[in-house]
Amino acid sequence: MANTNRPLSPHLGVYRWQLTMAMSILHRMTGVGLAFGAIVLTWWLMAAWMGPDSFRQFHEASHSIVGQLMLFGWVWAFSYHFLNGIRHMVWDTGRWLDLKSAYASGWVVVISSFICAGAIWCAATN
Amino acid sequence: MAHDQPSLRTDMGRARGLGSARQGVHHWWMQRVSSIALLPLSLFWLFSLHNIVDANHAHFLHWIGHPAIAIAGILFVITSFYHAALGIQVVVEDYVHHEGWKLGILLLNQIGFIFMGVACTAAIVWLSLAAHIISG
Repeated sequence: MANTNRPLSPHLGVYRWQLTMAMSILHRMTGVGLAFGAIVLTWWLMAAWMGPDSFRQFHEASHSIVGQLMLFGWVWAFSYHFLNGIRHMVWDTGRWLDLKSAYASGWVVVISSFICAGAIWCAATN
Repeated sequence: MAHDQPSLRTDMGRARGLGSARQGVHHWWMQRVSSIALLPLSLFWLFSLHNIVDANHAHFLHWIGHPAIAIAGILFVITSFYHAALGIQVVVEDYVHHEGWKLGILLLNQIGFIFMGVACTAAIVWLSLAAHIISG
């Protein structure tokens, strides 16, 4: 690159960690995680298609400790990505872009994501 | 592309709003459209899904045989897989710098989600039909 005088993205190595950047990265990470969940959704529907035996096998796998941990991870990732997605939609309309609103809405999303994930999990397992 | 054909549009008119990818805001806009559609779809699917977490195969068939569940399920699968493919594409374009790997993963991303989307749609159609045949 000949022109080094152009604007650059922040270099993460010399950047102090803060809520807004962590949440931005987390939005991408939860999105990628949920995309991998598509494989499990496909597996679940295929298992149902193949019959009661493979459907039971899926249930046994999903009720193992690893399966339950992964399912809870997806429930939380969904809650976070859903709520933070709404935050992004508000930003797209030009609102809440000042630092104070970005931090306030950020904390609301982080805390709500755990409350929602817990509520969904309790509702689904009881 | 119609670049070589005579046109009344100026070069500036052609370039304006298209950006370096020559796609304009289409990708960005479809990400937003699909995310808005997913707000009700994902909630409906998730909250109907929790009813059958511990159910057996017969209960599952009865659940997916309901028209609202089957239609919302197909809409959710298509919209969410499209949204996911768009999102993965952005992440890959941002972080994978080796051209060969980038092309390979982007192809795998699109083919994979089309494949899974067709598989899930076919499964929901087949299972909801089977539910009605079994229940008579």
